[in-house]
Amino acid sequence: MHWSFYLSFLKVLLLLAVTAPVALSFGFVGAMAARSHIPPVSWLGKGYIAIVRGVPDIAFFMFFVIALDQAFEWTRHKILCPDWPDPIRQGNDFIVCQSAKLPLSTAPEFVHETYGFFLAVITFSIVFGAFAANVLFGGMRAVPHAQLETAAAYGLSPSQTFWRILVPQMWVYALPGLSNLWMVLIKATPLLFLLGIEDIVYWARELGGTKTTKFTQYPHGDWRMWYFLALLIFYLGMTRVSEIGLEKLMRRLSHGQATSGGELLRKETTA
Amino acid sequence: MKNLILTTAALALSAGMAMADTVRMGTEGAYPPWNFINDAGEIDGFERELGDELCKRANLECEWVKNDWDSIIPNLVSGNYDVIIAGMSITDERDEVIDFTQNYTPPDPSAYVATSDDVDVANGVVAAQTGTIQAGYIAESGATLVEFASPEETIAAVRNGEADAVLADKSFLAPIADEDAELRFVAEDVPLGGGVGIGVRESDGDLKEKLNTAIQSMKDDGSLNELITKWEVSSTF
Repeated sequence: MHWSFYLSFLKVLLLLAVTAPVALSFGFVGAMAARSHIPPVSWLGKGYIAIVRGVPDIAFFMFFVIALDQAFEWTRHKILCPDWPDPIRQGNDFIVCQSAKLPLSTAPEFVHETYGFFLAVITFSIVFGAFAANVLFGGMRAVPHAQLETAAAYGLSPSQTFWRILVPQMWVYALPGLSNLWMVLIKATPLLFLLGIEDIVYWARELGGTKTTKFTQYPHGDWRMWYFLALLIFYLGMTRVSEIGLEKLMRRLSHGQATSGGELLRKETTA
Repeated sequence: MKNLILTTAALALSAGMAMADTVRMGTEGAYPPWNFINDAGEIDGFERELGDELCKRANLECEWVKNDWDSIIPNLVSGNYDVIIAGMSITDERDEVIDFTQNYTPPDPSAYVATSDDVDVANGVVAAQTGTIQAGYIAESGATLVEFASPEETIAAVRNGEADAVLADKSFLAPIADEDAELRFVAEDVPLGGGVGIGVRESDGDLKEKLNTAIQSMKDDGSLNELITKWEVSSTF
């Protein structure tokens, strides 16, 4: 039983490991779209950032996951069962043909759990991608304009300027914002529980709850406080380790940059 | 590689059609003796045993799924599982959204548990789980309702004094009141609900009929009463 609890810690770490890069790439694409010179693309990027940032996380997590799942099933239904006579929506019910179910109701439980986890990763990525897009958008604009003008003067094409001059330099401006996001993401992982995934909060609540002698060999009172205390330490540890890691990264990125941090590094090495 | 994926997909699809009778059973897993997670981490309890027996009689292949109480009805209607078997009382409000089979336990009173005998359950603060018949009852009475997402939290609220008493199914409260010297049953029991039934989608008439027949056969041969007595969930039929 406690194995499930320990396993759920891995689940949280896995979510972080998968979501962070995916969200970052969402953010990168979003930021690129937002600063595009083609109006529709720019509207799309800016719309994505504005809408997702404006909707409360809880509402997004409650509504979006069910909607996403239904969208997948609806599409599969249209492709796989074109001859289905009944409507998909019957009153409150959402009914697709058996073979359009995702995952199939015959699939083993772990497939269902993996699918749920996959939906969670997408949802987290879209939400945090929007914030990351805004941060990266700001980071791109913070790169001194003289750098871009110099690039143009040297005859670099716009895409060369973007990839070779802008992107390498923007990280140092984006990092404080991104590191904030990473911290918030760590703390947001208990939202997994809202998505029906049995994460550490679920198991802490379940294992810590009162157990009477009738239903278990290990009866105990309300121990949730101790279990949640363990979670507190886990999360504090996670954020502390991240802080140290991010600080090192910041130092690396500041190297040779025309920022106060870069200046400090230069003095350190020359002194 | 592409072929491999296609074949697997085709296999998975045809397998899905061949055994279309898998029924996913949604339960909460936090409400002993009705349904709970046992020491091995599996769903256990009265409804586990009942559900498995019903599936056997109705010739269905069943798989158990855990879901939070709060979202147990939305996930049923959107098709994440096919039945709710989670100590859910049959009420008119729920019946508007989903359908119920015939009841598998008779209507039974709910009871108050508190830390002292002289609490005023009629005007005081009473805890109940969100979206239960007990919560609905308190909201309409003169008492102040405090709602919690899980049964466990309603008990904790009484222990730490946040609520004067908790109103829940007597069978859930009994083992807890037995083992905690501070907690005791107070006031009169309240008759609530129309018994507990299995929730199915309104469009799922076939499944409802199959389950109804299975429940009836368990009522007729007395095996349902045996199960009820074994788990002490309610009075018998």
